Amino acid sequence: MEEILLSIRNITKNFGEGNVLSGVSLDVRRGEFVTLLGASGCGKTTTLRIVSGLETPDEGEVILDGRDVTALAPEDRPVNTVFQSYALFPHMNVEKNVAYGLKVRGEDKKVIAARVKDMLELVQMSDYAKRMPAQLSGGQRQRIAIARALAPQPKLLLLDEPLGALDLQLRRQMQIELKRLQKKLGITFIYITHDQEEAINMSDRIAVMRGGRFEQLGTPEEIYDRPKTRYVAQFIGRSTILEGTVRCVGNETAVIENANGWFSVSAKDALLKTGQKAEVCVRTERMRASRTPLDVFGLPATVREVRYAGGSVEIFAAMKDGTEAVATSDQPLASAPKAGETVYLHWTIGQAAVIGGASYDA
Amino acid sequence: MAGSKRKKKRNLFSPIYLTLVLLILYLPILMVVVYSFNAGRTISAWQGFSTNWYTRLFSNGLMKDALVNSLVLAGLSAALSGGIGTLGAIGISRSHFKFKGAVESLATLPMMIPELVLGMAYLALFTGVGVKLGMGALVLTHTTFCVPYVFINVKSRLVGMDPAIEEAARDLGAKPLRVLFDITLPLIMPAVISGMMLAAAMSLDDVVISFFVTSAETTTLPLKIYTGLRSGGTPEINALSTLMLAAIFIFVGLSQLIKAKSDKMTSPR
Amino acid sequence: MTHKQQKERAQERRNTLFFAPMAVLAVLLVALPLIYVLGMSLTANDGSGFTLANYKALLRADYLLVFANSLKLAFYTTAVSLLIGYPFGYCMARAPRGWKSLLMMLVIIPFWTSALVRIFGWKILLQGNGLINTVLKSLGLIDKSIKFLGSYGSVLLAMVYCMISFMILPCHSAVDKMDFTLVEASRDLGAKPWRAFLDVTLPLTLPGIMAGCVLVFVPSVGIFYLSDIMGGGLVLVGNLIRDQLLKVRDWHTGSAMSVLLVVLTAGIYLIYRRCGGDDLGVM
Repeated sequence: MEEILLSIRNITKNFGEGNVLSGVSLDVRRGEFVTLLGASGCGKTTTLRIVSGLETPDEGEVILDGRDVTALAPEDRPVNTVFQSYALFPHMNVEKNVAYGLKVRGEDKKVIAARVKDMLELVQMSDYAKRMPAQLSGGQRQRIAIARALAPQPKLLLLDEPLGALDLQLRRQMQIELKRLQKKLGITFIYITHDQEEAINMSDRIAVMRGGRFEQLGTPEEIYDRPKTRYVAQFIGRSTILEGTVRCVGNETAVIENANGWFSVSAKDALLKTGQKAEVCVRTERMRASRTPLDVFGLPATVREVRYAGGSVEIFAAMKDGTEAVATSDQPLASAPKAGETVYLHWTIGQAAVIGGASYDA
Repeated sequence: MAGSKRKKKRNLFSPIYLTLVLLILYLPILMVVVYSFNAGRTISAWQGFSTNWYTRLFSNGLMKDALVNSLVLAGLSAALSGGIGTLGAIGISRSHFKFKGAVESLATLPMMIPELVLGMAYLALFTGVGVKLGMGALVLTHTTFCVPYVFINVKSRLVGMDPAIEEAARDLGAKPLRVLFDITLPLIMPAVISGMMLAAAMSLDDVVISFFVTSAETTTLPLKIYTGLRSGGTPEINALSTLMLAAIFIFVGLSQLIKAKSDKMTSPR
Repeated sequence: MTHKQQKERAQERRNTLFFAPMAVLAVLLVALPLIYVLGMSLTANDGSGFTLANYKALLRADYLLVFANSLKLAFYTTAVSLLIGYPFGYCMARAPRGWKSLLMMLVIIPFWTSALVRIFGWKILLQGNGLINTVLKSLGLIDKSIKFLGSYGSVLLAMVYCMISFMILPCHSAVDKMDFTLVEASRDLGAKPWRAFLDVTLPLTLPGIMAGCVLVFVPSVGIFYLSDIMGGGLVLVGNLIRDQLLKVRDWHTGSAMSVLLVVLTAGIYLIYRRCGGDDLGVM
């Protein structure tokens, strides 16, 4: 068996008002949980619909299990979708909804009954077999939509913001259940969300999309710790972005300077050259603010506001050139720096990321 | 909540006004029904209860013919407009045809232009090109002005439907035709039926167009009532009107009931 | 590329097949008859070809008076329907939830029943020894029966009675759609109830009022059998056209009148759409 289950190559799609997708390529491994993450209108749903066959690409191809399926109608692809609106058939009860995919394939009645029973057990909805969709809550409908999509045993399950309509509590619970389900069944998932926390918690790999392209494709860790673009750095997590010029590059560290002073970053993963411009991303929870200058480095800034953030304190400060920075402090609110005080911003060298891992030409 | 606030100073104007207007709306209808049971010869004075006029109505061969004609006409035009309007709504709502807007406006135009104009246009055209007046012409024209009722009903249902429901069926392996029979048709069926009921009611009600396209041998109930009324009206016409009212009430009531029921089924709780 | 085009073409073919019967019907039984009438209105009685004579023939004082009478009656009908129908639609929309669907049904049922039969009911009520005269007499308000039938008022009553549902339904849906927290907000800001109504409710429900007015006015211009049944000999455009066809047997002048009537109603509708009116798909 091949390692790669799905491979989409150079997909372009245009609905008449500019490209929705421009040259998207992605390989998904068997059993992998891949998330397409992006703001609305970035092309993630279109990508999913092209994989399911509900949309045909203008250019490029979709290869599933070694077979080119670009021309196949959705009904002929061993791929099923969990729709954002769940799209349960309102005139069929739960059981008939789950059975539908097997029925149209002409499966034996006994096989269908057994499979429906298994599926309902899997999503813990056995007691609701005879209910109509209108009689179910949002979370319950969601489970039925998943059971219905899994019943025909697809090679690939596509999920289009399946948790979007649920409240936060239920959402967290369903995240855990979905992940557990995916591991247990070993089915490959392509998952769409605009919630970066959800993407980081659940995925093996994340593709961050923007304007019909992939900004970055990588593991959650890579995306979070080594963002390739400024957009990724800002879209995922909270951070302060510092711009500057590389002054010297050593084996371990590099020194970057801007109007506010100088600071160090790790030179290991970055291809930095002296004299070039660089952007550095420091995550809010890793940025520290000290009242006194430190031995290594510290960028002076004036505290604007201090907020309690539950367990820690967030310090909003402005540097000399106006750059806004947010730092985290473990001190209690009472002893944390006050508005108007000068603080020195610093971080552990290895924890700041040079965006793109390299210099950029300004 | 606002409800409790409103209860405190409940306005009496609203229920009184609603009741009053509804009474005025229904009083004449009630009059027609009541006087159909009048024993007297005229429609003016009440002379005791009698079902005499109904018996006379049913023993009148001409009336029976008119009744049969009207029912056949209503049935045929409802069935035809049901098929044509439903297919039209499905086709138009999915098509990318350049002139689909024109087809849609043209097909629903009979709702907008005065019946009189349409009626005379039919008579002029039919005599001009040699179409025989009578039942055939009646069915054709009634189907034409009934199509918009089915079309608009079904189309608004289709527009309100989540497109993902049909997509889900295809995603699960159903071919387009199968999706049509398994998913689309069952979901729009209430709209189709309520549209056809309205169509039947409209056909059963039509005077003006029938007046122009019918032949001397073919008459319908509304035409009988019209001629009866112009010559002053008799309790027999009352009885006939009452029967027609009953038929229309049943059609419209059923159509409303079906609509309400299906709305309840498909809307989330 | 080619797969995509193939798929789309097959889909398009199926869709076209679906709406083809309706398109054929629309062309043969809507467009063709109307074009035929237009053609007749532009040709001479003796078949000698194109002429505007039929339209010129309409420029007679008595014909123009009939058109004016029809427009006047349609205007009065619209005004009275608005005065009665708007408050009704408003009260209906503000009625408790459980009552709403019942009220809706009660309004819709007469809407779909034969205008003929309902007008007959009025005839029974209004006649010399009918219920209304009897009640008025027994209350001692009058000694002799009032002759309602045949008066302008009785024709207007019949018109309003037949048309009012067209006013109630759009007004109701406009009020029903309106966000009533806006009224509460204006009350909260110090507006008296009538002020809040004038400043908030009325402008926001204006589209419904406009739709109702068009829906009442347009068919009112063309209706012809109501004044016939109520008596009194008021001649309207409808009567004129009917007589032109069936009594005078001048189809060409009749066609010209019909075209004028359609142009008149279409004009009103177009002005309404120009002013930003919604599509009138109200049923």
